[in-house]
Amino acid sequence: MAIFVDQNTKVIVQGLTGGQGKYHGLRNRAYGTQVVGGVTPGKGGLDVEGIPVFDSVADAVAATGADASFIAVPPKAASAAILEAAAAGVRFVVCITEGIPAQDEARVYNTLLRDFPGTRLLGPNCPGIISPGKCNIGITAGEIAELPSASGPNVGIVSRSGTLTYQALYELKQRGIGVSTCVGIGGDPVPGTNFIDCLSQFQADPETHAIIMIGEIGGSAEEEAAEFIKANVTKPMSAYIAGVTAPAGKKMGHAGAIVSGGKGTAQGKMDALAAAGVRIGLNPTEAGDLMAEIVASLR
Amino acid sequence: MDLFEYQGKQYFARFDIPVSPGGIADTVEEAVVQAAAAGYPVVVKAQVQVGGRGKAGGIKLANNEEEVRLHAANILGMDIKGHLVERVWVEYASDIAEEYYASFTLDRAAKKHLLMLSVEGGVEIEAVAEKSVEGVASILVKLYRCFTEGDCDLAEINPLILKPTGEIHALDAKVSLDNNAEFRHPEWAEYRETEVLDERELLAREKGLQYIGLQGSVGIIANGAGLAMSTLDVVNQVGGSAANFLDIGGGANADLMSAALEVINYDQSVKSILINIFGGITRGEEVAKGIVEALNRVSLRAPIVIRLDGTNAEEGRQILLSAGIPESVLQSKPTMLEAARAAVAIANAN
Repeated sequence: MAIFVDQNTKVIVQGLTGGQGKYHGLRNRAYGTQVVGGVTPGKGGLDVEGIPVFDSVADAVAATGADASFIAVPPKAASAAILEAAAAGVRFVVCITEGIPAQDEARVYNTLLRDFPGTRLLGPNCPGIISPGKCNIGITAGEIAELPSASGPNVGIVSRSGTLTYQALYELKQRGIGVSTCVGIGGDPVPGTNFIDCLSQFQADPETHAIIMIGEIGGSAEEEAAEFIKANVTKPMSAYIAGVTAPAGKKMGHAGAIVSGGKGTAQGKMDALAAAGVRIGLNPTEAGDLMAEIVASLR
Repeated sequence: MDLFEYQGKQYFARFDIPVSPGGIADTVEEAVVQAAAAGYPVVVKAQVQVGGRGKAGGIKLANNEEEVRLHAANILGMDIKGHLVERVWVEYASDIAEEYYASFTLDRAAKKHLLMLSVEGGVEIEAVAEKSVEGVASILVKLYRCFTEGDCDLAEINPLILKPTGEIHALDAKVSLDNNAEFRHPEWAEYRETEVLDERELLAREKGLQYIGLQGSVGIIANGAGLAMSTLDVVNQVGGSAANFLDIGGGANADLMSAALEVINYDQSVKSILINIFGGITRGEEVAKGIVEALNRVSLRAPIVIRLDGTNAEEGRQILLSAGIPESVLQSKPTMLEAARAAVAIANAN
């Protein structure tokens, strides 16, 4: 088991003929992911190293039976690409595009909610998702993800930051701790999938025994997750929140990472999570150490 | 990007939100000209992006030219909470019957647009005359257009005033624009020109880097915003302080890395440079080539400590090793913590 994606997931890459789409799409395939097609309007009929390219998502889905999409197109085209995938019935859409206007993101989020409840969007501005050994969609370097062990215990990862997601995978790999699924939800103000969506899946997933959560300053997603954890999550957790030293009022790289009006601070988030029983690391390595302790206690 | 009040009012005007007649001045003489054009009495307002201008003496009423000269001379060049006043906005002073607050922003928790509206001074909303309710509603529609079509993170009017004559308009403007939407707003170019940036930030902007200047002595280069933030935190934990936040982002190549090192090198307070790379999009060999190339281009004042991991990290480490760079210039550490400790030790020793 894994969450959201597994060995049966069939993926198309929207933007497969572009630089990013080609590089990561081929890497995903090399990892073992079923990359069954690509979409670039006007380039239908071509192929990228044996992966057939279609003019539209609908064509690609009809021909390949794909149920997931990996979107690697520029910000101007990303909103339309997400909605095209949803309209074509794609169940799981991963959008790595950084720099989509917040107004567009909010509109896409609410359009999906209203018109395409069967489609889950991961991202935008996210590294993607990996269920080690089964499926890797996005930009994660698959070799740093430890395979889950059949006997467990395995850890689920959910993170707002790309490189900190890799850091978490790496911390676990160095300790030989298996990962069920690692989800990067992205650093934008309106992510399609949030912490709670992932936590509830991990809680229900029999292959996941503990959870690492990586948050950062800005917004209140971590505080909302803390409330959810208190009420619903029985699996042990460790967490790390980036941005303790971030100055107020500055967007720290991610569009969503800003402390404004004294709200969204790292300390507030750590306090909320600690109150929900989550063990808090003061840096990614410490969160990894805490998880190692948790896993040892489960073995 | 945060706008000054006068730019916010100009932006409001694009969406037909009424504002007082007025103009911008960066000298006393210009202030006098603007006051005459607006008509007396006028208000002379310091243009700084910080709250509490009024209390600091940055907003003054002037009934005639003599008073405009006095106030403009006092306010121009004033330091308000560390912000230098370079311009004043001079506008016709409105009579105020009632004051309201109105803003649109994105409610990130609800993922919906949020309107906040209130009546100042404890006036019951029911007591607001019917006429003003309609007037307020009309302005809210325009403010909403400004917020959505204008791609604002925040569009705030505080106060929105009702004049004794029954007219309603924006007496102040606080507008924050969504940088991600800049590609469809060529008109924002003029706001970029007046943005408050220090010299380091200006240089970084020219080079297309995500950079925020800070006060410490360890220059930071990391890939990914989260890792960059985390690097700041770890430097702090081991007893140092970061000179900056710099995310070279995904797909960083030799040119970007060189540019990043040049910007860090420009900062005189930097005593050591911590490069923290975990490869996903950014490939280790690209990072390494960039460092080698930058070391050829720039004479760095401070030594580098690098931690390189992830995609093609091994190739990257090999490139650095075979380049024959002395350890006094560049040393490699296997973990983020060790790299931070080494960089902080160098910074604190100098």
